[in-house]
Amino acid sequence: MKPAPFAYRRAESLDEVFTTLREFGAEAQILAGGQSLVPMLNMRVARPAVLVDINRIAEIDYLRSEHGGVELGALTRWRSLEDWPETGSALPLVAAALPLIAHPAIRNRGTIGGSLALADPAAELPAVSLALGGEVVLASAAARRTVKAEDFFQGLYQTALTPEEALLALRLPAPRPGERCAVYEVSRRHGDFALAGAAIVARDGVYRIALFGVADRATLSPAAASLAAADPAAPAAAFSDALAQDIDFLGDREHPAPVRRHLAGVAVRRALDRLAAAG
Amino acid sequence: MSEEFREIRFTLNGAAAAARVPVRRSLVDALRQDFGHTGSHVGCEHGACGACSLVLDGAVVRGCLLLAVAAEGAAIETIEGASDCGRLARLQQAFYERAALQCGFCTPGMLLTAAELLERNPHPSRDEIRRYLCGNYCRCTGYEAIVDAVEAAARG
Repeated sequence: MKPAPFAYRRAESLDEVFTTLREFGAEAQILAGGQSLVPMLNMRVARPAVLVDINRIAEIDYLRSEHGGVELGALTRWRSLEDWPETGSALPLVAAALPLIAHPAIRNRGTIGGSLALADPAAELPAVSLALGGEVVLASAAARRTVKAEDFFQGLYQTALTPEEALLALRLPAPRPGERCAVYEVSRRHGDFALAGAAIVARDGVYRIALFGVADRATLSPAAASLAAADPAAPAAAFSDALAQDIDFLGDREHPAPVRRHLAGVAVRRALDRLAAAG
Repeated sequence: MSEEFREIRFTLNGAAAAARVPVRRSLVDALRQDFGHTGSHVGCEHGACGACSLVLDGAVVRGCLLLAVAAEGAAIETIEGASDCGRLARLQQAFYERAALQCGFCTPGMLLTAAELLERNPHPSRDEIRRYLCGNYCRCTGYEAIVDAVEAAARG
């Protein structure tokens, strides 16, 4: 199980990244931590002509408290977030999700930008970004733009990124007074891909509920949020019904769509229980 | 597409090392094939099993998910180096005493990962040990003995 041949470019600057993307377009693939991309190369699910390695570009490896929130450079590794003293206070939902993200050795290398740009439907950070109302910063040689998380994730591994663009940063708002958050994930083994997961932010009886691992992309469910506001003690099955109004559940051989629908309701119920337990 | 090669240079267990490798070669394959360091094992080749664990610039990573060419300039430590320098001795003794290995395929990854855990958290609970080792498969022991051994090593 080895990758098909490709050309390798080690970019030393963002300008080099943009130039290579402009030259090769959709034939080029950015290599960040590689914790999802390299398995896809090994399995030949991905067969880019050119890999653009961005691991040397220090200017996109940062965590910055600013604008009433935190800006996370695309090359921020999960481990940097685990070790950052401010993660717990400034990014409590991220802090809650971190232990669920793969395994320690993968968190040593994997990046937040890679997770967002790949848009794996089972990944935690897209749902966390949706629940928090975050935004991503995208740039090409020609322009820079900011896109809301809600508009960024567009389908199975599909995002708003054009072939000439790179993701530079994620912006997440700071918790507001009285805000609470929780995440819950069902998986076969701790750290494995989520079979269903829910990320929730609540304040003054208003909820934002994002699901992951159950559809073609991470998705907000206004119907589940309304139900949580009307009846925070509603059972899992009621949340499954509510979620079905917003989500087209996707199944696979082991976990068909009705199973995902059931597990999604369970994940929301348990995340709400965590929210209640947290005060 | 023709095969692209690159010269790579890095530090391997404290010594300068260099080779000319295909750019698509993983670091674990390069260490085994180009440098004769066969202690890092090739298991699943997609990051699930942890048999290929090695230390890159002080952090345990998957050798199968890193391109050798991306390790240019890095400091690499394999199980050979970590074992020879003695930093795993207490864990190795605990694994031996508790029979925390059978076939040994997962053991290098288990030892390197457990050592990283004990560096970060010298007195982990059993649950914390299990969670830290969650990315390392063992198909022989059923894990109980491994958790026991790490716990014993932490007690000293």
